Amino acid sequence: MSGAGVVAEHESHPLFLPLVFLGGAVFGVGLAVSRMARPEIVLEFLQLRDLGLVFVMGGASVLVGLVFWGLTLSGRSAPLTGKRFGRRLKSMDRDVIVGGGVFGVGWGLSGICPGAAYASLGIGNVVILYGVAGMFLGAYLQGYLRERGADAATPSPAD
Amino acid sequence: MYEVTLLVDALFPRGWEHYLLGGLLIGLGTVIVYVGTGIHAGASTFLESTLSYGSKLRRFQQPRFVASRDWRVVFTLGIVSGAAGYSLATGEFGWTTAVQPWRLFLGGILIGVGTRLGKGCTSGHGVCGIGSGSRTSVLNVATFMLVAVGVAQLVMAMGVQP
Repeated sequence: MSGAGVVAEHESHPLFLPLVFLGGAVFGVGLAVSRMARPEIVLEFLQLRDLGLVFVMGGASVLVGLVFWGLTLSGRSAPLTGKRFGRRLKSMDRDVIVGGGVFGVGWGLSGICPGAAYASLGIGNVVILYGVAGMFLGAYLQGYLRERGADAATPSPAD
Repeated sequence: MYEVTLLVDALFPRGWEHYLLGGLLIGLGTVIVYVGTGIHAGASTFLESTLSYGSKLRRFQQPRFVASRDWRVVFTLGIVSGAAGYSLATGEFGWTTAVQPWRLFLGGILIGVGTRLGKGCTSGHGVCGIGSGSRTSVLNVATFMLVAVGVAQLVMAMGVQP
């Protein structure tokens, strides 16, 4: 299924995709248990009427932080990919703040975010498809506009 | 002691236990993928990596999207299935939101633009990035949190429900 010349990350081990599915499923159960799959509950947090989301993000990031930290220090590599354990570090630039701001407007307006929207579909909330369609459209738009911007910035080679 | 109970009830009118349990399960799902593969699984890259199946734009045809698009589809199917299984087991399946479609669609567009421009979302920056102690992620999360609270308050003040 992978494109020409690109090695898909799952081509290394037969257990890779089953493990990813299991991880996704537990992640999805967590979104359903915490009710983050319901935009109303997220909106109540943002309206400061029920601060439960602090426990959701806090509980998840503390657990993840402990495991990332411990395995990164161990210096070992992941069994299914051979990838060295490390932390998630992204470079800082203006886009991080601008993008965070744009995402914040969308989150505050709708009460949905990507993972919670997928889980919301899982609990049978078909109306969420408006949100998922919007997300794909938005992701396409930024890719299209950035590619045009990059083309405009670098003069095309004369042929 | 009574005052503490009152405060907890005011801040968490639905209780806090299921929020913590759900958060730990979200973390566990992320940990399961990480321990086996070393990958920090976020939810929003799926949007761009999936577009690479259908779009020839160079932006989406980058190796980091093409190489990860298959497992990102599987991860997302896992999220949908896990939530579906839980809601079927508890009898909650079929719940639908009262948030208006225009808010979901317009919010979705902004989320698609913002998460991809900002290099992550509530799971990539919020869980994996914060868990990594990344300064970039802390700044991103602080930004979207403050903006979202402001926008949600404004929308509520304008009388839009829920």
